Amino acid sequence: MIVQNLPPLVSSVFSLLAIASLLLTFVILGSRWLNHYLFAFAAESWLIAGLSVTVGAYGDFPELYLIAVLTVVFRGILLPYLVWRIVRRQLVDYEVHVILRPSSSLVVGAMAVVFALIVAAHVGGHLGLAGTVAILALTVMLSMKLIGFLMLSVRHEAISQVVGLLILENGVFLGAQVLVPGMPMLLEIVILFDLLVAVACFGVLVRYLASTVGTTSSFGLKRLVG
Amino acid sequence: MTSGILLYILVVAPLAAASFSLVSRNARVAEFSNFAASGIVLACAVPLPFMAAAGSRVFLDGYIALDGLGAWVVLCTAIVYFLASFFAIGYMRMLDEDERLPQFYALFAIFALTTLFAPVVNNAGLYWIAIELTTLVSTFLVAFERTAESMEAAWKYIMIVSAGISLALLGTVLFYWAGTFVLGPTYSLTWGALQAAAPRMNPSLVLLAFLLCLVGYGTKVGLAPMHTWLPDAHSESPAPVSAMLSGALLNAAMVGIARFLSITNAANLPTIPHLVVVIFGLGSLALGALFIVRQEGIKRLMAYSSIEHMGVIALGFGFGGIFGIAGALYHMLNHSLNKSLMFFGAGCAMRSYGSKQIADIRDYPRHFPRTAALWLSGAVSITGAPIFALFLSEFIIMRGGFAQNFSWAVYAMAIFLIVIFVGFLNHFRVMFYEPAQGAEQPGPLSAWCVIPMALALVPLIVLGFWWPLPIWNFFAGIAAHLQAAAQ
Repeated sequence: MIVQNLPPLVSSVFSLLAIASLLLTFVILGSRWLNHYLFAFAAESWLIAGLSVTVGAYGDFPELYLIAVLTVVFRGILLPYLVWRIVRRQLVDYEVHVILRPSSSLVVGAMAVVFALIVAAHVGGHLGLAGTVAILALTVMLSMKLIGFLMLSVRHEAISQVVGLLILENGVFLGAQVLVPGMPMLLEIVILFDLLVAVACFGVLVRYLASTVGTTSSFGLKRLVG
Repeated sequence: MTSGILLYILVVAPLAAASFSLVSRNARVAEFSNFAASGIVLACAVPLPFMAAAGSRVFLDGYIALDGLGAWVVLCTAIVYFLASFFAIGYMRMLDEDERLPQFYALFAIFALTTLFAPVVNNAGLYWIAIELTTLVSTFLVAFERTAESMEAAWKYIMIVSAGISLALLGTVLFYWAGTFVLGPTYSLTWGALQAAAPRMNPSLVLLAFLLCLVGYGTKVGLAPMHTWLPDAHSESPAPVSAMLSGALLNAAMVGIARFLSITNAANLPTIPHLVVVIFGLGSLALGALFIVRQEGIKRLMAYSSIEHMGVIALGFGFGGIFGIAGALYHMLNHSLNKSLMFFGAGCAMRSYGSKQIADIRDYPRHFPRTAALWLSGAVSITGAPIFALFLSEFIIMRGGFAQNFSWAVYAMAIFLIVIFVGFLNHFRVMFYEPAQGAEQPGPLSAWCVIPMALALVPLIVLGFWWPLPIWNFFAGIAAHLQAAAQ
């Protein structure tokens, strides 16, 4: 377990990267522009790649370098590019109607972080990890989950929902780098590919939605009830 | 060795069918190559439980394992795949979309492949990926008819299920983390490794991880309240796809819940996880009952019935014990057969009357005496009435509940099942015996549509009377394996 006896410097770098990723999630939450989502998501992925490199270097997990490269290529460049292509073909480039204003969503997001911290501190306390970077990693992981779900529920543009899903996955990925750096590489690579396929599927579906339903907003999806 | 070859054929046959469909670009070649592949898959899947009963075996460096549970669910999937491919030949021709059928059958075969693959995966992480792949492939099958409704259903399906299943990924990572305290930073995430390490894992971490996995895979299983995608996706996809989604896919996701539940057993966490699964099961039954009574769409009626039956299976696994688990496994097979029959019947009625509304389907037996007899038998069977196999499996699950001190849940289950019995059959009374409003003449049906319904009904009657001893012993073996709590 590498998080138990970290030197202060490494511990600070981990914390810095994790907190910066969390802040970028708030950037997404606080904006209405689809392009902002993509830039923030890409930056977040680069930070996670940085985290992989740090963990790899400090904890002696050389395979994490490869994971870092793949993270940059897939999550940092390819996925945002694919989503950007979908945005460019669409008619709207920002959230027209919002259910919860960006400022209010920031407050709800902050409450989500507090909740995540309580859960993480509770679990960490049971594991004898109180005060280590593991708590922070767990907090960031759970809060990115909650914020991703918040995005899915209060934003209705198809792209916002795709970005919400990507945040969900990013959270897990970030936490996994710190908590389980030894997770078999095969799994991480397959999950990366899987995400790529998922985004490709979303792209096709968004196009179908636009052509058959005439809108890419989930406000237009109200035919099936009961 | 033979089991390895059979598994290999299970993978190759659907792949070959998919490539034939795409290369030939001919609807007839596509439908028959898919049908042939499904026949081969069924022939290979039948012996698998017997082989697994002799002892579980691993393949491909331990990534694939043939154990009792996996082999049984593969068999259920193969049966549905065969019946659905048979039915699809007649049904898909009625859609008049011959030029897109090769694509359909290619996707259909690959969907079957991913669904067959998931239960035998021996690695919690790869299992997650297999389940995610089933979603990605089947989304396009749900969207096949390209109407606004089917697009909406497909979008809701992929969104809700992907979001839900990402919780299962988090849960899997946490399980891995719990394991690192026991097994060191790097180990292989097999079900066996987790189960072996479970007694020394931290119980609160295991509980958190299990709950995340339960909600995640529960979304895919369609347990209430994560079920919202299910009625839409099942009602808007073509009938053979609905049958596959309901009869095959839901079981494949249930396998994950059963396996993670057995890990919590081994972690000496017996009460809370079982209780939570029982509550989700009862919730699904309650929701199914409410929506079945007031349902207006014929395929949505079947979809809510799937939610109900997944609730019953969840109750079986939640009760645990030999009766609970054996009943749940038996119910999986019975539900797969019966729900295929019901969706086939609903698809036929929908096509011949040109409407998805129950109110538009009238005087069914007068127009289609044979199909009506089969469909009505299926309806009586799926509500759990005696002589049919579902009565037996639900009865065994209830007995399991009493044996494990869940009698309150059994009483609640009985009440919901009675409500569903009345509500479900009332819709059939309306469709079968209420006089028609106008003099509308419904379109004809081909024999390709009727024979698979009969094929599904025969085993339901036989298994209702006679539960072979080898199957009972086989279930007992699986139950012993899943219950293997640390002593």
